[in-house]
Amino acid sequence: MIDLFSSIFMLSGIIFFLAGSIGLLRLPDLYSRLHALTKADNLGLGLLLVGLALHMQQPLFALKLLLIWLAVLAAGSASAHLIAQHARRQEADQ
Amino acid sequence: MNIISLYLVDILLVISLLSLAWASLTTADARRSVILFMAFGLVLALVWARLLAPDVALAEAAIGAGLSGALLLAAIGEQPGSSINVNTDHSEDVQDSNRSVVVTWTITGLCAALAIILAWTLLQTFDNVNNKATAQAVSENLTDSGVSNPVTAVLLNFRAYDTLLELAVLLSAVLGIFSLGGIRSPYQLAGPVFDGLARWLVPVLMLTAGYLLWVGAHAPGGAFQAGATLAAAAVVLRLAGHHNIGLPQGKSLHIIMTIGVGLFLLVGLSMLALGRSFLDYPPALAGTLILVIETAAMISIAATLVLAFLGGRPQMQKHKPC
Repeated sequence: MIDLFSSIFMLSGIIFFLAGSIGLLRLPDLYSRLHALTKADNLGLGLLLVGLALHMQQPLFALKLLLIWLAVLAAGSASAHLIAQHARRQEADQ
Repeated sequence: MNIISLYLVDILLVISLLSLAWASLTTADARRSVILFMAFGLVLALVWARLLAPDVALAEAAIGAGLSGALLLAAIGEQPGSSINVNTDHSEDVQDSNRSVVVTWTITGLCAALAIILAWTLLQTFDNVNNKATAQAVSENLTDSGVSNPVTAVLLNFRAYDTLLELAVLLSAVLGIFSLGGIRSPYQLAGPVFDGLARWLVPVLMLTAGYLLWVGAHAPGGAFQAGATLAAAAVVLRLAGHHNIGLPQGKSLHIIMTIGVGLFLLVGLSMLALGRSFLDYPPALAGTLILVIETAAMISIAATLVLAFLGGRPQMQKHKPC
């Protein structure tokens, strides 16, 4: 039962990653590429980690996975913002 | 099935490692090349983890991918017009490109020769040295080493000599950095988003460094990983535009730089005074001594890496920084 749920979570996580990667390759400009990458991958990683957490023997390990997700969320959204801001400033300069 | 999927992961790792290395070397744009190099470092850390060497994986991720990347990016930022191809003067350009082709191929040849020699040495070692015996000797004497992590036992006890000399190498690297002159000009003050991230990230990084230092006694971790994490905290502060990143100036800085080698030597020499051989700790005290040495080493390593990122000797300030 746990295996089934964990597989569903991980598979949907992988689908989000796939969508994000396709978006990164196919979308026309920087902003939409950033959007596709950070939004889809953050959710994808979350789902993947939920799937992994269901397999953990100790709750502590699941907590570590949660911490990893939070760190990636913070770093990912902040760096997406910084890249977008830099690009906008460059556009404004031209 | 399980073994086959693991093989698939390994093959994917090797392919991405090689293609990232190739892409990083062949890209003309320096910035892109550095970013590919950082991705290469992360994949290399995964490879080390797959080789069951989590200590090396941690060090590679922190130093190889993270801090080296920051150093290289800072160096690119310093070079004017490096990210844009400057192709205005064609007469010099041809000569320059000829020379750079020669330089490139010379370096490639030397690297290939080095790789062949190293591979040959490695093969010789695998043939001649009984690896099982070494591993067995380590695990048999582990109880006397004061720590339960075999990697830390080798680095700080059985082969402490090597680590001492490594710290000495780092110290001489700092002397080289100091000879470069003053530090790089600071970055502009970060906006609210990055400032918020830095406020949150720096304490977490410092906590992680302390954890890595402590956990090194019985699990992957140790002074090098902890020092690199501590240095990463300083790099984040510096990128966020803070001028004062926690490094003291003048005499205190010199103490921080040398405390790793100094305390290590002091412990080693006091063993001589106690009638033991150099760096031969008594088993009862070994755990404490290793922790003391590692703490000092972490501080020196972090200071060295931060100074490398600053790119010079911090100037003495006439008024005291608040």
